[in-house]
Amino acid sequence: MRIRDPFLWLAIISGFLVIIFILLPLLKVIVAPSASSLGAALKDHDVRKAIGLSVYTSGMAGLISLLLGTPFAYFLARKNFPFKRLVESVIDLPIVVPHPVVGIAILSVAGKDFWLGRVLAAAGIRIMGSVTGIVVVLTFVGIPFYINAVKNGFEKIPPRLENVSRSLGASLPSTLARITFPLASRSILVGFIMCVARALSEFGAVVVVAYHPMIAPVLIYERFEGYGLAYSQPIAVLLILVCLVIFLILRILSSRRPEKERFQLIH
Amino acid sequence: MIAIENLSVEIGDFRLRNVNLSVKEGEFFVIMGPTGAGKTVLIEAVAGLVPVRAGRILIGDVDVTRLPPEKRGVSIMYQDYSLFPHLSVGENIRYGLRYHRRESKNDEERLNYLVDSLELRPFLGRSPGSLSGGEQQRLALARSLAVGPLVLLLDEPLSALDPAFRSEMQLELKKIHRQVGTTFLMVTHDFTEALNLAQRGAVFNCGRVEQEGSVEEIFKRPRSEFTARFVGISNLFRARFRGSAAVIDGLEVETGRELSRGEGYVSVRPEEIVISRSPITSSMRNEFGGEVTGVSAQGLSFEVRVRCGNLTLIALITRGAFEELGIREGSAVFLSFKAAAVHTF
Repeated sequence: MRIRDPFLWLAIISGFLVIIFILLPLLKVIVAPSASSLGAALKDHDVRKAIGLSVYTSGMAGLISLLLGTPFAYFLARKNFPFKRLVESVIDLPIVVPHPVVGIAILSVAGKDFWLGRVLAAAGIRIMGSVTGIVVVLTFVGIPFYINAVKNGFEKIPPRLENVSRSLGASLPSTLARITFPLASRSILVGFIMCVARALSEFGAVVVVAYHPMIAPVLIYERFEGYGLAYSQPIAVLLILVCLVIFLILRILSSRRPEKERFQLIH
Repeated sequence: MIAIENLSVEIGDFRLRNVNLSVKEGEFFVIMGPTGAGKTVLIEAVAGLVPVRAGRILIGDVDVTRLPPEKRGVSIMYQDYSLFPHLSVGENIRYGLRYHRRESKNDEERLNYLVDSLELRPFLGRSPGSLSGGEQQRLALARSLAVGPLVLLLDEPLSALDPAFRSEMQLELKKIHRQVGTTFLMVTHDFTEALNLAQRGAVFNCGRVEQEGSVEEIFKRPRSEFTARFVGISNLFRARFRGSAAVIDGLEVETGRELSRGEGYVSVRPEEIVISRSPITSSMRNEFGGEVTGVSAQGLSFEVRVRCGNLTLIALITRGAFEELGIREGSAVFLSFKAAAVHTF
């Protein structure tokens, strides 16, 4: 079979290049370290602590996004109000702001020169160089992903279902619990995982606010700067594996139909 | 059962202005009008799903205007049924029961009665999506009625169905209304549906009530041009009134009663017009000669368009009569009708 169309050839070649562009570096870094260096990295206390901290702070950021973002996402999905577009643009701001700038911005608010910083200091809450600071930064960069995913999920649920539920005697909280959230549950999970994935990969904002305690990306950077590629590759591989696992869970959840959704949404 | 007083609602582009309606207990009341007349907004206001700008809504003598939907005793059934996709048929039907805990024996009895008379027992474990259209509608009905509402609101339940199915579903609705005795408030844009199902109704136009009364009354004696056109009156003309005659473009129509106003509208139903090949001597006061300009089959009857002077009148005759009289385009015919068949407003 001969493919004569020149555009098709162009598409195949450029697709090929893109795939190579993505896969080659990742594959190389995975196979670069020796098995013994990987083992050594695993046993390194600092490495385990960094990866653990990364997972913990990203998880916390996901949880906070879930608690703060869910009511807001529901409101955005259901109501129209003046300047709604503006509000939605504000939610997307963390995505377009350069990461070190995010870190600087957060420090500006948390420092002694600002009233909020003084209030926090008086309450004994430290932002700079603390786990709290890291969680704040990660929530900042992750929450847009959560809100957008969940807002879309809520929008897909016809308001009429909630109307019928109300007319059958259910209060709004009861309706949300029995109708809205079960139908939106997959979107909520997907939003949570996207937020966590984003948080796990954050570097520039965290390094400004809290070089220590070290999350994994910061540790990898330090090892690279201090000791070179060979020393930093093993940790990089471990972090890639953690991220891949999370990514895989996301793909599985968004493509298959979980038990609860064996009933098709009737149009 | 329902009293709507001076209701005004404003939602986006839809407006209701000073609507006054009353629906008796156990009635099948229909809200009619063209699309966009504000009919759905009205029932959503009754259900408490849209905010009210002014006026009151009373259900069973209780002022529900400020009450949330769940406290009104009003069930709503949408055109797309809005069945809960993640619950089984049985769970859908039972959904509202927990909020209406009266004597549990009564609930179970009513539930069984509904499930059996709507023939849903074989489907209880299935998912709503696996049911046919008719079964889905019966499920939606069962779900709404299981909670024993004071009023059932139906938003164009049959509009999207094909004709054969529609008549079947009309019978179904009529039957269940008679059996259960709940007050039904239905929205439709199809007047024949209103004729088949309801006792009383109101015609809506741009958010206002044009006419309220028994459906038969609206059909026979529309009080405005809008209503007349809506109920499908074919021979509708503007006329000047002189004594007991209505003059339409030179044609004088005898109405048999003293007309008070100087001008207005005149209409005659096509079924009330008699066609003949030669003039008839009869008690019918109106007879006009004309020429047939068109014929179209309407099921078992024929619609015959006849030009009399400057007017075109439409008459409806049976197939048998059509063939016997040998009528075709160009035939010279006479149209006759009684003075009493002339409706003026």
